[in-house]
Amino acid sequence: MIEIEKVHKSFGQLKVLKGIDLRVAKGEVLSVIGGSGSGKSTLLTCINGLEPIDSGRILVDGTEVHAKSTDLNKLRRKIGIVFQQWNAFPHLTVVENVMLAQRKVLGRSKPEAEAEAVRQLSHVGLGDKLKVYPSRLSGGQQQRMAIARALAMSPHYMLFDEVTSALDPQLVGEVLDTLRMLAAEGMTMICVTHEMKFAREVSDRVAFFHKGVMAEIAAPAELFGAPKSEELRAFLSATH
Amino acid sequence: MFSYKFQWNQAFARLPQMLDGALITMQIAILSMVLGILLAIVLTVFRRSGSRVLSGIATSWVEIARNTPALFQIYMAHFGVATFGIHFNPFTSLLIGITFNNAGYLAENFRGALKAIPETQTRAGRSLGMTSNQAFGYIMLPQMLRIAFLPMTNQMVWAILMTSLGVTVGMSTDLYGVTQALNALTFRTFELFALAGVVFYVIVKLIQFAARLIAMRLFRY
Repeated sequence: MIEIEKVHKSFGQLKVLKGIDLRVAKGEVLSVIGGSGSGKSTLLTCINGLEPIDSGRILVDGTEVHAKSTDLNKLRRKIGIVFQQWNAFPHLTVVENVMLAQRKVLGRSKPEAEAEAVRQLSHVGLGDKLKVYPSRLSGGQQQRMAIARALAMSPHYMLFDEVTSALDPQLVGEVLDTLRMLAAEGMTMICVTHEMKFAREVSDRVAFFHKGVMAEIAAPAELFGAPKSEELRAFLSATH
Repeated sequence: MFSYKFQWNQAFARLPQMLDGALITMQIAILSMVLGILLAIVLTVFRRSGSRVLSGIATSWVEIARNTPALFQIYMAHFGVATFGIHFNPFTSLLIGITFNNAGYLAENFRGALKAIPETQTRAGRSLGMTSNQAFGYIMLPQMLRIAFLPMTNQMVWAILMTSLGVTVGMSTDLYGVTQALNALTFRTFELFALAGVVFYVIVKLIQFAARLIAMRLFRY
């Protein structure tokens, strides 16, 4: 379970998160929507400890992320994250990209890591691209590779930070299909997304962020069907 | 009046000795590059360490190496340290001097190369649970070495040419030192040094060719 309690976070003068309270249960798929600058992406980087927080606390399976005693490198093994920019490691082949952290972080043997990499890459439809360098892949393929790379660490949670925002429109579908597949398999996921249709279909709940505040959170039918706040109504009409 | 009579066969007769010298020259250059690259990586790590002492050491090194004559650096490695009772033979002094110079220049090249790699690469590594050292070693370093490969080739060429400064600290076994000694023996100054120049040129061309082969082998991405 991911528990977020009264989290405040600012970059200098700019308050990005203003008291976020949120719980994500095991197996849940939560989508986070909202305008840019609403703090939704920042929340993800706070959950895996890439960003410090000013106050409040975040617990992942009961471990406080920002406590001094927490071994972040160990905690991050539980939390996979995929970014808008997929960050393929250009000097490694696709299969090596997926093997690297398994070998160095989890200490898996080469055959073990390779078997898992092949399994995950086949899972996301890249089984025929193992020995290729990322520069030869399309954006959608690189993004799926990044997803496989995160999944190969056997995470308990997956965080997706606008993973389709940097893609050409015709490549968005293949990445969303991968996310749908993971959701169907029961992976606990937080998806920051601009894909409303996807959020509506896949999520158990959808949260709407506005100016650093979680303005609304509800089941998708309710949130999209009967938005309570003026901000959400404005946001939805602008994105439709 | 121009009354010098060229005697090229005198120089060609000495070519085997000069080629032996060329081997020593290449030996020094290769050693100084290997050590220089390793030290430059250490300096790069020092500069990124956040420690003021370590980054101060690295910055001073780079500043001195890049902003003083290579001749001064080699002189200091021989006569300078001798003042404090440390005596190196000419080979060692020359090697130290060139290595010092290489490390300084390469550290600066590495810094530029690192700037060309997006910071998000490190973030991706850290997100996968890597320590910052692992992310640097397995993700940043290989990309850095690739980007800096051409400057490294240039520095290797420069290292070959810098060996000629060894004569000033009594080096007599490298290409330039051998040529100098032969000149003192035969006074065929123009022929000997012209031939030495050609040998230097050929060595450098060979190195550039080898670098291209290595690049093709290493960088397939």
